Amino acid sequence: MPQYCATIYSRDADWTSPDEAATTGEYQEFSGAAAAILRGGAALYPTATATTVRVQGGKGGDVVTTDGPYAETKEVLTGFYLLECADLDEAVAWAARIPGAWDGAVEVRPVIEFGG
Amino acid sequence: MRDEGRAVLATLTRTIGDLGRAEDAVQDALVQALDAWARDGVPPNPRAWLLTAARHRAIDRARREARRSDKEAEAVGLLDRDPPDPTGSAVHDDLLRLVFTCCHPTLAPDTQVALALRTLCGLGTDEVARSLLVSEATMAKRLTRARQKIAVAKIPYRVPPDHELPDRLAAVATVAYLVFNEGYAATAGEDHLRPALAEEGIRLARLLVDLLPGEAGLQGLLALMLLQHARRDARLDPGGGLVLIADQDRGRWDRTAIAEGVVLVGEGLRRSPDRPDPYVVQAAIAAAHDLAPTYADTDWAAIVSWYDVLLTATDTAVVRLNRAAAVAERDGAEPALALVDELDGLGRYPLWHGARAELLTRLDRPTEAAHALRAALALPLTAPVRRLLEARLAALAA
Repeated sequence: MPQYCATIYSRDADWTSPDEAATTGEYQEFSGAAAAILRGGAALYPTATATTVRVQGGKGGDVVTTDGPYAETKEVLTGFYLLECADLDEAVAWAARIPGAWDGAVEVRPVIEFGG
Repeated sequence: MRDEGRAVLATLTRTIGDLGRAEDAVQDALVQALDAWARDGVPPNPRAWLLTAARHRAIDRARREARRSDKEAEAVGLLDRDPPDPTGSAVHDDLLRLVFTCCHPTLAPDTQVALALRTLCGLGTDEVARSLLVSEATMAKRLTRARQKIAVAKIPYRVPPDHELPDRLAAVATVAYLVFNEGYAATAGEDHLRPALAEEGIRLARLLVDLLPGEAGLQGLLALMLLQHARRDARLDPGGGLVLIADQDRGRWDRTAIAEGVVLVGEGLRRSPDRPDPYVVQAAIAAAHDLAPTYADTDWAAIVSWYDVLLTATDTAVVRLNRAAAVAERDGAEPALALVDELDGLGRYPLWHGARAELLTRLDRPTEAAHALRAALALPLTAPVRRLLEARLAALAA
């Protein structure tokens, strides 16, 4: 069965803060409901903790780091799930149940199976 | 042959599970058939012949790919399956699957239209590109990306479950109507009408009505297309200029298409008496125009009433604008202008300026009419519409 990476773009929040308990509760509810098809995933700290790394001049060149996310946008990458579904319809139906889709967006993309 | 090709494609896509590969194989089989049938005559069951040929081509291609990528097992899998049944209800279901896959909501609307033309209407990539006014390279890229998405993201090849069917059907109807409209009232380019493309839209609508005969909305869609397309020969003058409905030679309207459209409107209304489908209502409006012996004898009161019904389903500024045009004929230009002027957000819509110009001219306010025409002419227009508006502007100055 194909796997889909559901990347979540939503408001830039600190999910460890007690203020976010209501939302993290909704995520836990989703994880419970989707347990049978969940193959992985992670929630991320806010973009204030991000470091973007580039190597100037290609492989072996100078490592340049910048403080902050890859792109400054209103909605940011806040986490992802790996879903195993029969087809895109099923993956879209599950993605619609991810809380981030309700006030942000969830991008669903098929995962390449190497050597399969 | 195009219809047979489509049926074969629909069945082969199901059996090999890949639209792109099935399309290549059917294309090969059609080329092969052109040769073989010219030489030996058309076989007694052309569809079975094509399906067998296409299946063999798919297996050949899969074998060649398998040798390259060491996936012999996959090619053998194709061989092992039973030859698909090319008749009756199996084809019906396969065609429906093909329709719903090509018009899947996870594909961009432009892509759905292109896929419908390529896959459901069977046009070549070059023809699709010309129809939609993009380069062949751009179109080839768009179609390749679409097939890749269908294959790797696994857009399902199936008829949606009942609870999703109304929404998905509406999406399919929209695609067919976009195809038709691009041919009926092109938004860009030299020609205002591209009848061949409008006919592809009608072919699509016919296919949908055949596949889902009980759907009032699809009957309305087909009726609307037939009733509008019936006027095609009268819509352009010999110089390629646009002729408005008031000035058209009604003797050149296609009476056969009108008769078929009117019957479909009646059936559509019987099927959805409480809450008429928007396509059925639009078709009823087109029928009222098509059945009027002259422009002056048009039943404007009926048309305004149909627009009122349409507004209960789709309340948009464009529908209100069209209703105002009918009000102008029923009640005069002054109340109509008031309706047109209260519409918001149509500043980029040339027909809004055109309607204002027409009503202002009737009210003997030429300076304002000329101003409205100039505003319309500042927007992107097809060449025939531009000529029509320029002629009106010149007439005002004279």
